[in-house]
Amino acid sequence: MYLSTLDKPKSANWKGLSGNVFALGTVSLITDVSSEMVAAVLPLYLVIGLQLSPAAYGLIDGVYTGATTVLRLAGGYLADRTNRRKAVAGFGYGISAVAKLGLLAAGSSLTALGFVITADRAGKGLRTAPRDALITLSTPSGDLGRAFGVHRAMDGIGAFAGPLVAMAVLAASAQSFDAVFVVSFCIAVFGVLVLALYVEDRPEPLERKEPIKLALLKDPAVRKIVLAASLLGLVTIGDGFVYLLLQKREGLAFGWFPLLAVGTSLVYLLFAAPLGALADRVGRLKVMLCGYGALTVVYLLLFGPLGGWPLLVLVVLLYGVFYACTDGVLMALAGPALPERLRTTGIALIQSGQALAYLGSSVLFGLTWQFWSPEAATRTAAVAVVLALITTAALLGRRKP
Amino acid sequence: MKNRLLITVIAAVLLAGVAIGYTVLSGASPGETANSVPLDSGPRLMVLSNGKLSTVSRNDPGGPREVTEQLCDRVYSAAGTISCLRPVGALKAGELAVLDSDLKELRTVPLTGFPNRTRVSASGRMVAWTLFVDGHSYAANGFSTSTGILDTVTGTLVQSLEEFTVEGMQQRPADSNFWGVTFTADDNRFYATMSTGPHRYLIEGDFAAKHLKPLTGLDNVECPSLSPDGTRIAYKKAVDGDPQKGWRVSVLDLATHKITQLAETRTVDDQPAWIDDRTVAYGIQRDDGLNDVWSVPADGSGEAKVLVPEASSPAPLG
Repeated sequence: MYLSTLDKPKSANWKGLSGNVFALGTVSLITDVSSEMVAAVLPLYLVIGLQLSPAAYGLIDGVYTGATTVLRLAGGYLADRTNRRKAVAGFGYGISAVAKLGLLAAGSSLTALGFVITADRAGKGLRTAPRDALITLSTPSGDLGRAFGVHRAMDGIGAFAGPLVAMAVLAASAQSFDAVFVVSFCIAVFGVLVLALYVEDRPEPLERKEPIKLALLKDPAVRKIVLAASLLGLVTIGDGFVYLLLQKREGLAFGWFPLLAVGTSLVYLLFAAPLGALADRVGRLKVMLCGYGALTVVYLLLFGPLGGWPLLVLVVLLYGVFYACTDGVLMALAGPALPERLRTTGIALIQSGQALAYLGSSVLFGLTWQFWSPEAATRTAAVAVVLALITTAALLGRRKP
Repeated sequence: MKNRLLITVIAAVLLAGVAIGYTVLSGASPGETANSVPLDSGPRLMVLSNGKLSTVSRNDPGGPREVTEQLCDRVYSAAGTISCLRPVGALKAGELAVLDSDLKELRTVPLTGFPNRTRVSASGRMVAWTLFVDGHSYAANGFSTSTGILDTVTGTLVQSLEEFTVEGMQQRPADSNFWGVTFTADDNRFYATMSTGPHRYLIEGDFAAKHLKPLTGLDNVECPSLSPDGTRIAYKKAVDGDPQKGWRVSVLDLATHKITQLAETRTVDDQPAWIDDRTVAYGIQRDDGLNDVWSVPADGSGEAKVLVPEASSPAPLG
């Protein structure tokens, strides 16, 4: 999970928004059901279905996340150069749809799987920028906040429903992963169709966005934030690992696995706004550090004294709270440090740094799990979080506006 | 505008049809299946065909197969008792199912882990199983196993051999793992493998006394399988004592401690099963992921031959 926009609009009132925004929202909703249902079972499919080693899984998981970030920039560039935003977005949605079938065809070949998963993520990366441009061009500037609000809300509904659909398919198909992929493919194709039929292209040129300026890194305040964000990214292991360890510990049946993701997003959705408000009052850094405190407890609990339902509920709760404390709050913390003119760029820089760090953390955690032990790996991760927490406090603590 | 809506509806119906159809078909079971294990039509072998409990004639093991609907990750059977390690289900954890020859469920034990080995004592009374709790391979680092035993007559259940005392050790080492139980004829004593540090011992266990005795000088005896006459143990022996180099099927004479390497030259990662006092069977995975059951003479002579193609988990039936 990550927050893709800094300014979350307060209300999502749909009055007076253009049909194009709703069409794009519908496409996103449908596509997110499709992609999140696969994302929810992928760790299980790779590690238990195909018996990939934890190290191999870590590599794939890291690439999965890294590829999106890098290709988002490519998508924006391509859409602006050609001014055919609908076509570029449609191409992105199409690649992701075909990739679902690719998962079936790839079998257990690590190379083929890596290729297919990267293609899926590439599709997501490609479509994001042209889609957002279409929303912008279809909306008067005064309504932009609401337009994006409605779009992201529909997107969120899809992301929430996806794992539940996956769970239903697993239950109905005698736990066939193939059935999940085929259903996901059908839903994705429907999404492309809705895009093709209902979304109008807006070819007029948009104000050019600035490219990422590394010069921004010369500002020590920015450097500190990017450094802290990357460091924290480096000590955060992927959701898949956390859910896999829980599944293993509790011998959880496959069908329940997607519920871990659903539960975490539910907690996140419930707590994100109140914790964000709390952060504004008591200090963003404090709330963010508390979030990483919750994360430390999650890692320790994975091989801790609790078991059964109390363990599952507590981990999902703390994990959701961790996201609620950190995800938006980091951006809010970074915002004031970035010059107004370069804010978007700066945030992209932070997100890129985090995604690259995530790639590293996934690979490292996978290796530690495999060649040491999962207990040692999670405890090392817990220690690493505490160290990163202290470093972050030292880096950002004294800075007062 | 009207066309657009029509296309949308048609596409939605078609795609939903494909999605639902595929899902339902994945969950459905094929038509013709057997619902019991025949015991009276001459000697037979029990195997798993694509995960389904099946039997074949011992005289024509490659011939027609009776396939049941019973799904197991691993199976063994003796004297009408079937031990089936059921895979983790859609919304259900894995379990041990003890079945009679009509596949009626006599008892289930919920299990956490990946089914790996199971055995039934010759009388059909005692059932043992091994699961991987961590990792999937005996060759990898940091794997951990859990081995339990059920007495089907008294109902006594030992969830883990870690509850037993170990002779010569004040305290069971923290890194110990147990796997691959094989029962003797008295339904009390058994053999198994215990690992701690770099050592993999053959151990002799006493179920009633809850006691384990490492047999010194018998290192690298993994997944033991006692012969029907109780004189020899077939097992997998790590090449040069290093499991990462693979295993050879070997036979240990319990009286003389003489070790005979069998004619199978490939690596075997299975608990061998004695088809009779002269023949040992085991599964080997092909490059395409399917398993075949092979057999080889127990005295080191002859050569390995495919016994049942596209099958795993062999067990001789009466």
